[in-house]
Amino acid sequence: MDRILADPGVRIVVCCGSGGVGKTTTAAALALRAAERHGRRTVVLTIDPARRLAQSLGLTELDNTPRQVKGIEADESGGELHAMMLDMKRTFDEVVLAHTDPTRAAEIFANPFYQAMSSTFSGTQEYMAMEKLGQLHARGEWDLIVVDTPPSRSALDFLDAPARLSRFLDGRMLRLLLAPARAGGRSMFSLVTASFGMFSRVVQKVLGAQLLTDLSGFVAALDSMFGGFRQRAEQTYRILQARETAFLLVAAPEPDAVREAAYFAGRLGEERMPLAGLVLNRVHRTTAEGLSAERSRAAAEELERSGGFGAAADALRVHAALAEQATRERRVAAVFTDAYPAVPTVEVAAQPADVHDVDGLRTVGDALSQP
Amino acid sequence: MRASEQIPGQVNPAWPARLHVVTGKGGTGKTTVAAALALGLAAGGRRTLLVEVEGRQGIAELFGLGPLPYEERRVAGTPDGGEVRALAVDAELALLEYLDMFYKLGAAGRALRKFGAIDFATTIAPGLRDVLLTGKVKEATTRTVDRRRVYHAVVLDAPPTGRIGRFLNVTAETARLAKVGPIKTQSENVATLLRSPMTAVHVVTLLEEMPVQETVDAIADLDALGIPIGKVIVNATRPPLLTGTKVNQAELRRGLAAAGLATDRATVSGLYAEAKAYLTRHELEESLRVELAELGEPMVELPLLPGGVDRAALDTLAAELLGTQ
Repeated sequence: MDRILADPGVRIVVCCGSGGVGKTTTAAALALRAAERHGRRTVVLTIDPARRLAQSLGLTELDNTPRQVKGIEADESGGELHAMMLDMKRTFDEVVLAHTDPTRAAEIFANPFYQAMSSTFSGTQEYMAMEKLGQLHARGEWDLIVVDTPPSRSALDFLDAPARLSRFLDGRMLRLLLAPARAGGRSMFSLVTASFGMFSRVVQKVLGAQLLTDLSGFVAALDSMFGGFRQRAEQTYRILQARETAFLLVAAPEPDAVREAAYFAGRLGEERMPLAGLVLNRVHRTTAEGLSAERSRAAAEELERSGGFGAAADALRVHAALAEQATRERRVAAVFTDAYPAVPTVEVAAQPADVHDVDGLRTVGDALSQP
Repeated sequence: MRASEQIPGQVNPAWPARLHVVTGKGGTGKTTVAAALALGLAAGGRRTLLVEVEGRQGIAELFGLGPLPYEERRVAGTPDGGEVRALAVDAELALLEYLDMFYKLGAAGRALRKFGAIDFATTIAPGLRDVLLTGKVKEATTRTVDRRRVYHAVVLDAPPTGRIGRFLNVTAETARLAKVGPIKTQSENVATLLRSPMTAVHVVTLLEEMPVQETVDAIADLDALGIPIGKVIVNATRPPLLTGTKVNQAELRRGLAAAGLATDRATVSGLYAEAKAYLTRHELEESLRVELAELGEPMVELPLLPGGVDRAALDTLAAELLGTQ
C-alpha cells in the first residue's frame, strides 16, 4: 500500500465496496498515512462518516469544502491532510450555478422537481460524489485525493449512477418534453409521439396538471446545461480510467461483502479501470497458531471437568472460537482470491473497539501497509 | 402462547402487526431477518409474503433461487403447511400496473415503457417511486379474497436505516410534487396504513457502534414521523465465553500444563492477548446492549450462525424470533 501512497503518479485513490465494511475508515487511514509518511498534500472526500470519526478529523459540519486536519504528525514529511464531507445538494447547486445565469439558476432552485432530485438518494449522491471528485482534481492543488464512495445498495452504483443520471438529463425524453410540437411534425416519430402525448395526458390525470407544468419548467430551465452535465460525467469517467487512479476494493470476510467485491472487480476490468488491490477489513486471526480449535476446546472441557483453572478454560474457549472464525474467514476470502489471484490483498485485523481517533487511524494505516 | 396454538386469522401476540417493515444498517443482516420472520409467521399453516423493493434480488440469493420476477411466487414452505411467497417489486412495472388499473393503457403502456417514459417518471421523482413501491406493499397487505386476507402477514425487506424515514414518509415526498390526483390519494392511503397499528417497523442491528448509532437515529426519525416501532432485533450475538474470573499469564500457564498443552511463551502470551481482546470487545458489546435497552423498545436477540445462512439456519432464526425453539 505504501508503494501506491508514495507514487507521485497516483493522484486518486477510490475506496469502494458494499456498505458496512469500513470504507470510510480505510479511506481516512490511507489519507492520513499519505500525509504523515509520504509528505503528500492529501484530501479525503468522505460521504457519510460515523459521527465520532468525523469529529476526530475536525469535521463538525457538512460544509462541502476541504478543511485541514490539525494535530497530525506531518512536520517531518511536510505533508498535509484535509478532509471534507460531501454535501450533495450544495454540490448540485454549484453545478447549476456554474452552467447557467443567476436568473435561470434561481428558477431551477425554486422548482419542486429540482428540490426533490437534488436532495434524494436515487443516483444523485453518486453523481455528486463524482462531480466533487472532478472539481477537486481539476483544481490541481492536491497531490492525492482519497475518495470514499456512497453507501449504495450496491458498490456498482458508484459507476452506474452518474452515467444513468447524465444519460437521463441528456435524454430524448427531456428533449421531447421540451418541444412536443417540434417532434410532432416528424412521421417517423409518430407512434412515439402518439404515446407520448398520451403519456402527458396520463401524467396530467394521475399527477395533476400543475406537476407537468413544474416538470416542463424544470426541463426548460435545465436545457442549457444538458451538454455540460454529460461532458462532466464523461470527463470524470475518463479520469477514473487513467493511470493516475487506483481503485481499492474494501470488503469484510463475509460472504456478501466478498461476493460484491468480486462483482466489482469484474466490472472494473470491463471498464478498463485500474484495480490496485483488495483491502480485507476486520479479519480475525489467532496469535497462537500452534493450538487448534478442537484441541483448545477439548482442553477447556477437560479443565472444567477437573475443576479449578476456570480462567484458563475461558481463555481456551476464546481461542477455539477465534481459530474457528479465522478458518471460516479464510474460506470466505478465498472466493475472491481464487477468482482474482493477481489482485494483491491486504488484511487488516479486527480491532477490539471501533476506530474513532487519529491514533486509531494510524494503527489501521500501519496494518494496511504490511507487506 | 405458542405460535402453533393460535387461532387462524389472528395476529401473533408477540408480532401483532400485519405489515412488518424490516430495516437496519447495511451489513446487519436485515434480508435474512426479514426472511426468517416471514417463515416464522407462516408457521401453523399460514401464508406470508416477503417483499423486496431495492432490486437487489436478495431473497432469491437467500433461498438459492434464480432472479424473482415481479410476481408473487412460493419460495418456501413450513412442515405444518405454511407458505412463504416472495415478491420483488419493480417500480416501473408497479407504475404500469397502476396506470393500467386506472386508465386501461394496454399496448400504449408497453410502448411508453420501451420508450423510457416510465424510467423517466420514476427517476425524476424518486418520491413517486417510493409511493409506487409502498403502494404495492399496502395492496398486498390489505388484499382479501372472499373477505379473507390473502396474507396473514407481509414482511418488507426495506431500504437501510439511512433511507428508511424518507422511504416511509411518502406523503411528504409526493405532496411537494403531486398536489391533486390519484397519486396523492394513494400516498395518503399508504401513509394511513403506515401510521396505524397494522404496521410495525423493526430495526436490525449488530452489537457494533455504527449500527447501534443508526438504530438510535432511525428510531428517533420514525418516532417523529409517527410511524410505529416494532422491535429492535440484535443480530449475530455470541454467548459470553468468559465466566468472569480474570485471567493472568501465570494461571494460564498452569492451566495449560494441567490440560497437557504446550506452555511456551508464544502460546501463553498469545492466548492471554486473545482473552484480553475478547474482554474489551465484550465490554463494548455490553455497553451497546445497554444503550439499545435504553431506547425502551422490545428487544430480540438472534444468535450468530457461523455456518452461514441456509434453510436450516433460517428455521433456527425463525424459531428464535417467534419464541418457539
